[in-house]
Amino acid sequence: MSQQLTAPGARVRETWGSRIGVIMAVTGSAVGLGNFLRFPGLAAKYDGGAFMIPYVVALLLLGLPVAWVEWAMGRYGGSLGYNSSAGIYRAIWRHPVSPYAGILAMLIPVVIYMYYVYIESWCLAYAVRYLFGMMNFGKDPARYEQFFSEFVGKGETGGAFTSADGTVLGSAVFFLVLCFLLNFYLIYRGLTKGIEWFCRWAMPALIICAIIVLIRVLTLGTPDPSKPEQNVLNGLGFMWNPTTKHTTIWESLANPQMWLEAAGQIFFSLSVGFGIIITYASYLRRDDDIALSSVTSAAGNEFCEVALGGMITIPAAFVFLGYSVIENPPGTFGLGFVTLPNVFNHMVAGWFFGFLFFFLLFLAAVTSSLSMLQPAIALLEEGLGLGRRAAVAVLSFVTAVGSAFVVFFSEGLIALETFDFWVGTFAIYLLATFQVIVFGWILGVEKGFEELRRGAEIRIPEFFKFIIKYVSPVYLLIIFFAWCYQEFLASGVALQKLKTSYIVQASVAFILLVTLFFGLLVAQSVKRWEKLERRKTKGIS
Amino acid sequence: MTVGGWLIMILSVGIVTGMLAWCIWKVLTTPGSTEHLHSQIDIETPDLRENDNGGEPSTPGAPA
Repeated sequence: MSQQLTAPGARVRETWGSRIGVIMAVTGSAVGLGNFLRFPGLAAKYDGGAFMIPYVVALLLLGLPVAWVEWAMGRYGGSLGYNSSAGIYRAIWRHPVSPYAGILAMLIPVVIYMYYVYIESWCLAYAVRYLFGMMNFGKDPARYEQFFSEFVGKGETGGAFTSADGTVLGSAVFFLVLCFLLNFYLIYRGLTKGIEWFCRWAMPALIICAIIVLIRVLTLGTPDPSKPEQNVLNGLGFMWNPTTKHTTIWESLANPQMWLEAAGQIFFSLSVGFGIIITYASYLRRDDDIALSSVTSAAGNEFCEVALGGMITIPAAFVFLGYSVIENPPGTFGLGFVTLPNVFNHMVAGWFFGFLFFFLLFLAAVTSSLSMLQPAIALLEEGLGLGRRAAVAVLSFVTAVGSAFVVFFSEGLIALETFDFWVGTFAIYLLATFQVIVFGWILGVEKGFEELRRGAEIRIPEFFKFIIKYVSPVYLLIIFFAWCYQEFLASGVALQKLKTSYIVQASVAFILLVTLFFGLLVAQSVKRWEKLERRKTKGIS
Repeated sequence: MTVGGWLIMILSVGIVTGMLAWCIWKVLTTPGSTEHLHSQIDIETPDLRENDNGGEPSTPGAPA
């Protein structure tokens, strides 16, 4: 943190600069690919305005409460000497099953890392290509969509191994390898503190850049006079109107998958229900604030997501590409890579803004991806007694295999989408439900709030006790069972996909394999903890 | 853009902007906030300070 010591050991003197630095660090920490790429993709999938209703409800009834739950449980677990989620769950709930919930808390960030780093590499690729003037495909919006498809190899399995334009800068694999090496160098050498300082200034720059892009989008008018319906106002209407030409708001709201994915997006973008916050919170001091920190982080994240991400990508996609691309978006994360280059193409010094935006987004993604491996590193250290570098080496192998899997099965980005749904939405949802139940019913909401309020700079209202204990778990369970009924019994869509697509089958099998790997690690860790505890008890007696 | 669309847009953008403004005001006006506020990227994990000796970085059950 930016602090000024007046003399050795003297109390820290606060300045406006240090306070603004804190705001930048806290708000910037949660900003990532979820805000500018994933959120617009999901909003488009669920017809914009109607999606915002479950989204805002999920923010207030799930996002903030689960964030507080994770911070409080993590700090409490840290005070008992545990840093891994498996250890923390075991310390809070003395039951043989509890540490195994920690499997999810490692599976989620590690599997998300496998595809997150790939999307991160797309950002780097676009930034570099803008810098070298290789992103000008003329006035035809379809050319940008075509380039993206060829770049990521959407056409066929293994397509990503071929360069989109015959040069090394058109190869997705080249940029993935670069990103992968960069991430592991930073984690292996423990240089994350160095980029924290850098990103404290890069995040506000990203927000300023996004505001400039937003202004350009809102002043686009009707770029193609031959298509007068493709104008900004209709684009905003597509994003925000609760009723569309196909569905009424009530039909949209009756879809449990939309509620599930809205909650999943809140969890994804706030990085809650991941197992990341619980691990980081365990390193905090007992009197550190967790209440205002988590709200400030969520506020910065939501501002970027709704006020910037939502106002830029979908209206621009509608203006340039019309209904067709929005109704069949190029993957949840792909919409921004197709749409934004069109916006930059219509801007003065568009190459510069294109470079700046994608490069800053790349940095935001790096800060997020660096934290994703810490939960698994903590378990490998704490449960198996490995050193940090050995733990990083193990994880580098596992994640390299996973990323290669995602890149290879590039057809329709099905592997990436399958990972993102089953882990980035479904598993997060399960873990968030587990955590909120443990906090409300096992640790106890009174004890939990006592932990939450220690050192808090704001007082969390009393009614959140009721929300965390009753509303959040009931809300999570109702949506979950309604979704299971719809997907597995009524429509059978999930089962159908599993039966018909070999890529979906392979992706699910891969996820199960990683789950098994972490299951074995947790089992081994439990044995080690029990042995250490027996030794400690004998020592005391 | 329908009336419902305008309403949802103003409410959604207003809620998140208001929330961020309130948080910024709170941080700027709360004494000692810089010492106590944290985010993932500024929390230094203790293992970064430890040598990689392949040993036991922490003892479970002992206060951190």
